[in-house]
Amino acid sequence: MTKSELIELIARKQTQFSQKDVELAVNQIVDSMIDTLSQGSRIEIRGFGSFSLHHRKARVGRNPKTGETVELTDKRVPHFKPGKALRERVNDSKDNTDILA
Amino acid sequence: MTVDAAEGYTLTKAHIAQQLSDTFGFNKRESKELVEQFYDEISDVLVSGEQIKLSGFGNFELRDKASRPGRNPRTGEDVPISARRVVTFKPGQKLRAQIDSFDGDN
Repeated sequence: MTKSELIELIARKQTQFSQKDVELAVNQIVDSMIDTLSQGSRIEIRGFGSFSLHHRKARVGRNPKTGETVELTDKRVPHFKPGKALRERVNDSKDNTDILA
Repeated sequence: MTVDAAEGYTLTKAHIAQQLSDTFGFNKRESKELVEQFYDEISDVLVSGEQIKLSGFGNFELRDKASRPGRNPRTGEDVPISARRVVTFKPGQKLRAQIDSFDGDN
């Protein structure tokens, strides 16, 4: 499901906001999460999960095509840890549903 | 609410709801419900077996893992790890680029 499909779904399931307002809100939520992580802060959504940054040390890598060695600098990568409720519900759904492509 | 104080700051649903109400003038209670609904719908879609693509942010994907032999790290005892379905997050291009561009200033 894409972001615009998610926006339609949310808009359909409630009566307080127009689809336009839901779209504004969803884009703001996503931007806020991007800004927070970009500034090195965490996100904690109870039941859903948390986002944080993991640090990758600088290392010498290799270009897989040419075999050439390349210096890779330190970097930070975003990491998501599903919350207990989401983890359990998704795992429990395993026997009743297939994963859609 | 700002995220200037990166040190020790954690974004929560309450902060996001406050931002929605500050930015768009939405009613506070309704903003809170909308934020709840956003994460609830994503959860429900994942539970239904469908993956989520939030362009700019990243994809929430599902993976079925086969059972495998495990071990209790404390007792050293062999404990089988059962087959399970897990959610994984693949950060998108924009998110990775913004995190990279902030490197060094932090």
